[in-house]
Amino acid sequence: MTAAEEVPGALATPEVPLNAPLVRRLLASFIADEVGKTGATRVVLGLSGGVDSSLAAALAAQALGAGNVLGVKMPYRTSSADSLQHADLVAERFGIETMTVEISPQIDAYFERFPDASASRRGNKMARERMTILYDQSARTGGLVLGTSNKTELLLGYGTLYGDMASAVNPLGDLYKVQVWDLSRAIGVPLTVVDKPPTADLWVGQTDESELGFSYPDVDRLLYAMIDLRYGRDELVAAGFAQAFVDAVALKVQRSQFKRRLPVIAKLSRRTIDRDFRYARDWGL
Amino acid sequence: MLDRFKVALAQTKPHLGDVARNLQQHEEAIVGARAAKADLIVFPELSLTGYHLKDDVPSVAQRIDSPVVRRLEELSRDITIVASLVEETADFRFFNSALWIERGAVRFVHRKVYLPTYGMFDESRYFARGGHVRALDTGLGRAAVLVCEDLWHASTIYLAALDGALFVVCPSSSPLRGVSEDAEQDDNARFWELINRAYAQTYGLFIVYVNRVGFEDGVGFWGGSEVVDPLGQTLLKAPYYEPALVTCEIDLAVARRKRIAAPLLRDEDIDLTLRELTRIRQGGPR
Repeated sequence: MTAAEEVPGALATPEVPLNAPLVRRLLASFIADEVGKTGATRVVLGLSGGVDSSLAAALAAQALGAGNVLGVKMPYRTSSADSLQHADLVAERFGIETMTVEISPQIDAYFERFPDASASRRGNKMARERMTILYDQSARTGGLVLGTSNKTELLLGYGTLYGDMASAVNPLGDLYKVQVWDLSRAIGVPLTVVDKPPTADLWVGQTDESELGFSYPDVDRLLYAMIDLRYGRDELVAAGFAQAFVDAVALKVQRSQFKRRLPVIAKLSRRTIDRDFRYARDWGL
Repeated sequence: MLDRFKVALAQTKPHLGDVARNLQQHEEAIVGARAAKADLIVFPELSLTGYHLKDDVPSVAQRIDSPVVRRLEELSRDITIVASLVEETADFRFFNSALWIERGAVRFVHRKVYLPTYGMFDESRYFARGGHVRALDTGLGRAAVLVCEDLWHASTIYLAALDGALFVVCPSSSPLRGVSEDAEQDDNARFWELINRAYAQTYGLFIVYVNRVGFEDGVGFWGGSEVVDPLGQTLLKAPYYEPALVTCEIDLAVARRKRIAAPLLRDEDIDLTLRELTRIRQGGPR
């Protein structure tokens, strides 16, 4: 957390607000509505023991009934024992069903061929392995895959494309991490889960904030001013954010744009998907 | 003209792009409104089609003589209906239109003038822009129809009031935008509730505001339909976020009393406004 402490907190920009009772109600109706109109009644999600999937599970249980939410635990052999325990705690708190699918055999089999692979390659592979399991469980149970990526991660590109970023319906995508924390407390996610340092748990000792180089409260306040309130670079610096911090975060947002869009398609015809062939995702639903 | 009449607000959740299902939804609401002895039923903006149509606009569009509109005309024999759809013209333009259907016929079509095309909105890409703001004499009194964003332009309600409207009907598809701390609803809802009261009191008329509910592509619509009287009092408030069919009585004598107490419209100097508008339009000194 030393890096985070070097970033001066900006006092001249507003706090990231959260109206927990209203947001809770809206997200529960969002899940019920967007899932229901596809004809599905259930969702499946990866239950990591972290705060994001815990909150998503709680909201889904509220929206669809706990019996219609399947939490899938997908540990790798280096995953922390705490993570699994916390996932169980959350499942018990909200009354949802869980199942466990170990991913060690297939991950290890693959990396036997590439023993020098970096931690981030291994981490991305695990995230994508988990995605394929969730989509298979989706096919098995008829439940839609519920996303758990929050707005901070999505903006910073701090997620694996076609891995943990893949889902059908994502209730957390417009909530910054600090809002996820606040809403999780309000909805009754166990405090051991809310208060622990966030981690993707892809390797031993990994934490989001050490990997990112700044703390969530700092970056969320910056992103809120930059994205939601449209403060320009000079205004952000004048508001007290360190210039290097502003530039680093702005660059992360820009460089990760590809993760938030479909792949680039060469335009040849008169109507090209997502360019001049435009329909709502809910088209016909 | 009736001095008193009963209005029903059909706060529906349209099915995106499914006109047949939405027509069914209209029929059910009309049955309910009739049972409640309503004289008028108002549906939200694009009530027959849903909102985020994009390239689906031409596929769901209706001519004013289409079977769907004819069915609504049949249903209007004993209740006036304000319903909204994509209107296709003979020269293949598409308007975001609200229809005033009374005693078996479409009496008036309001084509949305101000098509929001900024931020999350993209209406000008798909719709042609309406060219009129008019009040009309209806079986219930003189009224104007303004669709959603139209009412965010103070000029439209000013024209409607000067054209003699005693009540303004506003079908809307207003999305949730900006959830703030400590508010019962989102920023958009609060702004609407502010202007509905301000306009009603300023111009001494009733505002009948009907918003939809439900989600489309993650965008929620906040409902909260309402009727505000010329004194700024809330006569009727539908729930936020949930479908509803609610009714209340409108007594036009309230407009009379308000206009006697504060004859602001009588005193309005149209010539002054025209002179100044002409000067401003010509880019003269400000």
